[in-house]
Amino acid sequence: MRRDEEGLSEIVRTVARETLAVILVYGLGLAFYGHLTPGGGFPGGVCAACGLVMAVLASGNRSGFVAAIRGRVAALEAFGALGYLGVAALGWTAGQFMQSSLPRGTPFTPEGAPFLVILNLAVLLKVGAGLFAGFAALVAFGREAPPAGGGEGRA
Amino acid sequence: MERFLPLFTAVPLLAGFACLLLKRAAPRAAPALSVASMATLLLLASAAAIRGEEGVAFAGGWGVRSSGEGSFVAGIALVLDGLSRLFLLLVAVVGTASAVFALRYLAPEEGLPLFHVLFNLLVAGMNGALLAGDLFNLYVFLEVASLASVGLVAWRTGGAEVEAALKYLVLGTLSSAAILLGITVLYAATGFLNMADLSVAVSGGAVPRVPLLLAAGLFVAGFGMKTAAMPFHAWLPDAHPSAPAPISAMLSGLLIKTLGIYALLRVLPVVTGMDGDLRAVLTALGLLSMWGGVLLAQAQDDLKRILAYHSVSQMGYVLVAVACGTWLGVAAGIFHAVNHGLFKSALFLSSGSLERVAGTRRLSGMGGLFRRAPATSAGLLGACLSISGVPPFNGFWSKLLILVALLSAGQPAMAGLAAGAALMTLVTFVKVQRKALFGPLPARLEGAREVPASMFLPVLALVLLCLASGLLWPAGVDGLVGSAADAVASPDGGPGAVRAYVERVHGGGPR
Repeated sequence: MRRDEEGLSEIVRTVARETLAVILVYGLGLAFYGHLTPGGGFPGGVCAACGLVMAVLASGNRSGFVAAIRGRVAALEAFGALGYLGVAALGWTAGQFMQSSLPRGTPFTPEGAPFLVILNLAVLLKVGAGLFAGFAALVAFGREAPPAGGGEGRA
Repeated sequence: MERFLPLFTAVPLLAGFACLLLKRAAPRAAPALSVASMATLLLLASAAAIRGEEGVAFAGGWGVRSSGEGSFVAGIALVLDGLSRLFLLLVAVVGTASAVFALRYLAPEEGLPLFHVLFNLLVAGMNGALLAGDLFNLYVFLEVASLASVGLVAWRTGGAEVEAALKYLVLGTLSSAAILLGITVLYAATGFLNMADLSVAVSGGAVPRVPLLLAAGLFVAGFGMKTAAMPFHAWLPDAHPSAPAPISAMLSGLLIKTLGIYALLRVLPVVTGMDGDLRAVLTALGLLSMWGGVLLAQAQDDLKRILAYHSVSQMGYVLVAVACGTWLGVAAGIFHAVNHGLFKSALFLSSGSLERVAGTRRLSGMGGLFRRAPATSAGLLGACLSISGVPPFNGFWSKLLILVALLSAGQPAMAGLAAGAALMTLVTFVKVQRKALFGPLPARLEGAREVPASMFLPVLALVLLCLASGLLWPAGVDGLVGSAADAVASPDGGPGAVRAYVERVHGGGPR
C-alpha cells in the first residue's frame, strides 16, 4: 500500500470518524440558521468541506477513492450553483430577480425565511463541493493518466 | 427591460454550470451551450441598444431609501446606461464570434467542457462588472472574470502557459488588492459602497483630500493594471498569446476594456472626480503605453506577441483621449475602445487560423498564405487595415477623432505624438501582411489548406462590422457612442453627466 493510501494512526482515524458527523451537522446548522446568526451557506460549506478533507486525510486515499469521486463532486457543485440560480430566478414571479417568492413564516425561526434557507443550502452545496473538488484535484494531481491534449487532469 | 438586467449575468452562469453538470454525461453539449448563451446575450444586448434602454434593477426588490440626510441605495443596484449598454453589446458580439470560432478550433477532448465553464464565467464576470452599481459588486465580478481568465490562459497546461498564467495571477491579484484597498478607504470614510451614494458623499466633502487622492491613485493603479497600461503591462504580452486563440480574442478584445477602461470611466468621474492631476497621470500612462507598446512590438516575430504589444499601445490612445477631459475626448476614447475590441478580436482569431494553416505563429515561418487560405487572409488583411488606421475602416475614424479631440483640447504636441504612434502601427502591420500573406510560399507550406468555415466566418463578420462601423459612424454608430460619452461627460464640461447618473440610480426602483 502506498504511503498516502494508509492513512494516519488508529487514534486519529477513530477521532476523525467520531467527529465527522458532528462537523457535517454543524456545517449544515450554520447554513440553516444563516439568516438568524452569524454564518450562512459559505461558512457552512467551508465547515462541511473541512470535515470531509479531515476524514480523507485521516483514513487515507484508499485505492484512489478521491480521484474516483471527483466527477461526482463537481456535478454536485454545479447542481448547487444551478439551484441557487433557479431559486433566484423564481424571484421574478414575485417581481424582481432574487426577490423572496415563498411565504414567510414566524420571524426568528429556521422556517421564518424559507427563501433564504434554500439559498443558503444551495450555497452550502456549491461551496462545500467546490472546496472538496479543489482538494480532490490536488490529491489526484499526477495520479491520473494525462488526457490527450492537456486539460483538467493535469491542471 | 430593467427587471431582466440580471439575465446578462444569469444566462452565462446558467450555461457555464450546465456545462459542468453535463461534463461526463454530454461533453459535446458544452460548445453548443456556449454558442447558445452568447447568442442569447447578443439578442438581449442588441434589443437594449436598439431601443436605447436605460434603467436600474435592484436585486431582491430592494431599492432606494430616504433618510433625513437624503436618499441612499439599500441592496444591490444594477445600472444600465449608455456606457454599459455599448460595452454589453461589444461583449456579446465578440463573445459570439469567439464561441463560434471555438467550435472547430478546439478539438473535442477531456478538458473541453471545463473550457466552456470558464468561458461562460468570464463573460458573466465581465457583464456583471459592466452593470454593477456599487464598488463591491464591481470588485467581485472583476475577480470572477480575472480568475476565469487565469484558468483559461493556463488551459493548455504547458510550461510556458502555466508560467504566463502564474505571472498574470500574481499581477492580477496585486491589482485587485489595490482596487479593494481603494474601496476600503472610501467605505471607511463614507460608509457607502454604491457609486451614486459615494458620488453624493464625496462631492459633499465627506472624504478629506488625502484619502480621496489615495483612493483615486489606488484605482488608477489597479484598473491601470487591468488595462495593461505601461508600466503595468508586464503580464499581457505573456498571458494573451498563451491562451487559445478565442480566449486571446476575449482577453485583448474585451477584458482589458471592461475591467480596465470601462471601470476607469465609471469609477473615476462618478466617485472620485477627474481633476487635472488625475488626468495628467492618465495622460502620462497613455503616452507611455502608446509608444512603448508599439516600439516593443517592432522587435517581435511571434504574431500573437505583436498583437499583444499592440493592445498595450492602442489602450494608450484610449487613455490619452479620455484624459483630455472634454466630451469629444471621452467619445473618441470610447469609440476607439469599441473599435479596438472589434478589430483586435478579429486579429487574434485570425492568428489562430493562421497558426492552424501554417503550423507556426512565427512570421518568419509564414509567407504567401493568401493563395493557400484566401478567406482567412482576407479577414486578417481587413483587421490589419482597421488597426493601422486606413480609411474607410473604423480605426481611421476613431484615431482621427482622437487627434481632433486632442487638438481642440489644446494639446497639439500630444496629437503629434499620437499621429506618430499611428504611423508606427501602420509600419508593423505592413510588415505582418508582407511576411505572412504575400511573398514566396515556403516549400514546407505547399500542402497548407484553408480552415473550416466556422473559423473564418466569425472573423469576416467582425471585419464587416469594422467596415460598417467605419462607414456608418456619423449616422448609426454616433448615437451609440454619443450616448455612452453622455453617460461619462457633459458637452459643456460641467458635472451634468455625473448628476444624471446619481439621479438615475436614486430615482429608480421601488421605494
